[in-house]
Amino acid sequence: MSEQSKQFWAGVRAEIPLLIGGFPFGMIYGALAMNAGLPAAAAQLMSSIVFAGSAQFITTELVRESAPGLVIVLTIAVVNLRHMLYSASLAPYLASLSTRWKALLSYLLTDEAYAPTVIRYEKEGITPYGHWFLLGAGLVLWMDWQISTALGIWLGTAIPESWSLDFALPLTFIAMVVPVLKERPAIAAAVSAGVVALAAYSLPYQLGLIVAAFVGIVVGTVLEGRKSPRGTLPPKGTL
Amino acid sequence: MNIWLVLLLGGLITFGMRFSLIYLFGRFEFPETIRKALHYVPPAVLSAIVFPELFMRDGMLNLSFDNHRLLAGLVAVLVAWFSKNILITIIAGMIALFLLQLFL
Repeated sequence: MSEQSKQFWAGVRAEIPLLIGGFPFGMIYGALAMNAGLPAAAAQLMSSIVFAGSAQFITTELVRESAPGLVIVLTIAVVNLRHMLYSASLAPYLASLSTRWKALLSYLLTDEAYAPTVIRYEKEGITPYGHWFLLGAGLVLWMDWQISTALGIWLGTAIPESWSLDFALPLTFIAMVVPVLKERPAIAAAVSAGVVALAAYSLPYQLGLIVAAFVGIVVGTVLEGRKSPRGTLPPKGTL
Repeated sequence: MNIWLVLLLGGLITFGMRFSLIYLFGRFEFPETIRKALHYVPPAVLSAIVFPELFMRDGMLNLSFDNHRLLAGLVAVLVAWFSKNILITIIAGMIALFLLQLFL
């Protein structure tokens, strides 16, 4: 198997639990969009053009309330602000790619594709074909989202809520983030972001998430700055 | 504004934000502090997503034993910490939630 396909399939494999967790959300979105009176084609196209779960949920709600189009577009922009963070976070790893690759991977850059990809890069650094991992994770999630949307449109929410399949999403994020919490600044970043996310939960348009993420990032960066910079101290035992 | 135009603009804006810094990076120098800060994006963002999923039930902070997702999430944190294995963590969390729903 070529290095490209190895990376691609590694991305697909890493994405599997997120596919399972995301599937009920796609169906719920499809069903809600029908309820809100969106044409089936528009509901399906939104999944492929916008391709962003929470923004799509909020859009159906606004369509139901007959909100003005401009309000919907601005809301989508605010809800998706966090993607700029993902963009910044992955940028150093994708810097050497052609603009065409960058555009394709950006289109596929959802929460669920970002998480396994950034964890992979943090662990392995930049490798010649590392971006194929993101391609695999992103593409398979894209297909998952299109299929689950279509099923939701035609069948409604057919998966019983008591199965709690959606819980696979936070569980996967836990499984990915906990092992990278090795040093104090990272732990402090995670805990402070989490606590602020709870405190700011009532803010609209997922602004709480943005505020929380920023607080966590600042806390981590400041704490890291306080201790001696990485790599300047000799390893323990040599003194 | 009609729904198709809303879709198109919403899609363009979303893409623009995802593309923005990936495109700009390398075209100008990012300060060292920003590069450092970027390492904290994953723990900060992921836990900002996860905390409300575990602690908030029906829009309210719920710290009681009725909050099965919080308990199952804590089980998952422990399993993740010790096993460092994604699949085992997810399976443990799902089983924990299933058992809690069954017995509590």
